[in-house]
Amino acid sequence: MSKPIILSMKNVSVHFPVKGALPFSKKRVVSAVSDVSVDIFQGETFGIVGESGCGKSTLANAMIGLVRPTSGEVLFKGNKLYSLSPQEFKEIRRDMQMIFQDPFSSLNPRFNVYQIISEPMKIRGGASVDEMKKRVIELLELVGLSEKDLYRYPSDFSGGQRQRIGIARAIILNPDFLVCDEPVSALDVSVHAQILNLLMELQEKLKMTYVFISHNLAVVKSICDHMVVMYLGNVMESGSTKAIYQHPLHPYTNALLSAVLDVDLDNKKERILLQGDIPSPINPPRGCRFYQRCPYAMKGCVDKKPALIEIEPEHFVACHYINPFAQEEINAGLAKPLNL
Amino acid sequence: MKSFMNGLKEMLSGIWGFIRKLWRHPKGRIGLIIVILLVVCALFAPWIAPYDPYDVTQRAQKGLSPSFQHLLGTTITTGQDIFSMLIYGTRVSLTIGVVTGVSLAFLGALMGICAGYIGGFADTLIMRIVDVLLVIPTLPLTIVLTNLFGRSYLMIILIFTLFGWTGLARVIRSLVLVLKNANYVKAAELAGASRWHIMMKHILPGTSHLLIMSTALTSAGIMVAEAGLSFLGLGDPTAISWGKMLAEAQSGGALLFGHWWWIIAPGIGIFLAVFSFMRIGLVMEEVFNPKMKQSSNIYKLFKNLNNTYIEEVFSSMSEAQILGVGGEQS
Repeated sequence: MSKPIILSMKNVSVHFPVKGALPFSKKRVVSAVSDVSVDIFQGETFGIVGESGCGKSTLANAMIGLVRPTSGEVLFKGNKLYSLSPQEFKEIRRDMQMIFQDPFSSLNPRFNVYQIISEPMKIRGGASVDEMKKRVIELLELVGLSEKDLYRYPSDFSGGQRQRIGIARAIILNPDFLVCDEPVSALDVSVHAQILNLLMELQEKLKMTYVFISHNLAVVKSICDHMVVMYLGNVMESGSTKAIYQHPLHPYTNALLSAVLDVDLDNKKERILLQGDIPSPINPPRGCRFYQRCPYAMKGCVDKKPALIEIEPEHFVACHYINPFAQEEINAGLAKPLNL
Repeated sequence: MKSFMNGLKEMLSGIWGFIRKLWRHPKGRIGLIIVILLVVCALFAPWIAPYDPYDVTQRAQKGLSPSFQHLLGTTITTGQDIFSMLIYGTRVSLTIGVVTGVSLAFLGALMGICAGYIGGFADTLIMRIVDVLLVIPTLPLTIVLTNLFGRSYLMIILIFTLFGWTGLARVIRSLVLVLKNANYVKAAELAGASRWHIMMKHILPGTSHLLIMSTALTSAGIMVAEAGLSFLGLGDPTAISWGKMLAEAQSGGALLFGHWWWIIAPGIGIFLAVFSFMRIGLVMEEVFNPKMKQSSNIYKLFKNLNNTYIEEVFSSMSEAQILGVGGEQS
């Protein structure tokens, strides 16, 4: 691995307290993300995949400091993000920006395009009005809008155009690290490719690192270098995109990939249908979080949490089915199939 | 401080936008014209009024009927010119109505935004104060306090402001809670914006339409309340106000002598002031929230005087904003 690590998360957990119905009832927590470790390399695109509510967005928010992790560490360019002073924190966050999922709520309807895009620059200060205007026009052209849009309001634009404005706002401070929180899922299918191409172009020009959150597996396959598959706040499988797509190991990844629509009529894939729903993160299973829906669930999966183990180069899996139990555990009957 | 000035500038440009919208609306235009007339009356009262309304020495002119000398006749007791009194009375009603309305909006916005945006302890504290203040009946309290601290209009404004901001603060708070989670606020946070910046640039402008509307509607309500207090003799005894004119008419025997103009005149004054402000408030709410058009104005007026209406409007408005159907940027 020649590239340097730009951001690394070490055993990060994010818990949200849930208010009980009674004032003195036992405090419960939703563990949105639990014990996740991730390394992101400079200049790559890092994918986070999983179904709704599995903690993708929370993980991304913890990366850029919108949500403070309950435990664990986030290192950005070697700095511990959450033990910096507020001033340093603010300074370092200049290099991290975010593109939001919903282009309709991410732009203030009362601001015009110039005000929206120049806002981060204005907040940071140090630039004259002329400089800001020049920069905004430059950015507008970079994202495929024109100078005459400068004083129009967000309501005048389509979803795709709004997303372009959002991208321009995100890159005005020249960030190195950009989190794209499902940037295309709220848009028409016809606009997907345009926005994705724009993002890829920008990455090439500005040498940014992307964290790309998506539930669109085809998109992740085509643009990401590394990825993690999340389920209920845990990483199920991680590694290089190539390895995971060529050789998906985890039963959950297999199920996800089997759900991707394919036009290849000659060899029809068999779809794996998972039973049941994603369990509540308030009381997550003790062992493997996927065991209730896993077609290969074993008795040991209920109590013993699988570790993330490197199966082949750049391919980590957390599953007892892939990494078998030790011999004495098998003798103890942990490997027997679990009949739910 | 600079961001505060910018926020203020934006507020003002917002207000200008509202005035233009009002003018385009036929009903709103009526309200606006009446308000401008009243403001002109209040500002230029000494030049418009034909006589000095404070002059109580005209013993020869007592109890005259309307004529070209005295458009609305004179009072039976002291011979003051009623038309001049009417014009001077505009000053009291408008000042109290507008000053109270504006300070209520200011206090309500401040408390609502603090509670909603800062959250935590500030939120709990402010909301508990609101809960306590909401159950205190204002009118009896006003009577007690004016008797305790002297009968000045400043006192009345102060009392109405201190006890009237609660409803608005609650509504603003719930709107702020919605705005706070908007992605553009998150984007500003990411860009390194301070809380002050976010409050001034994103949150306050987001609530401005509610504030302006509430100012218009509460002003109208306060004018009625002021007239009532003055009628009960709780206003400033040295000033001329419409409520006090009514009280004098009653005690001076206007009914006994059949001087109906003495009673009708201040009544019309009160009506016009309240009507115009109410008109403006209701039109604003129609402009901002097309959903409210259906219900009849009488119904709205009635509910407004009972202080239940504004909350209803606000709640349906914030709903509209969540759904994204609110009439932003036309």
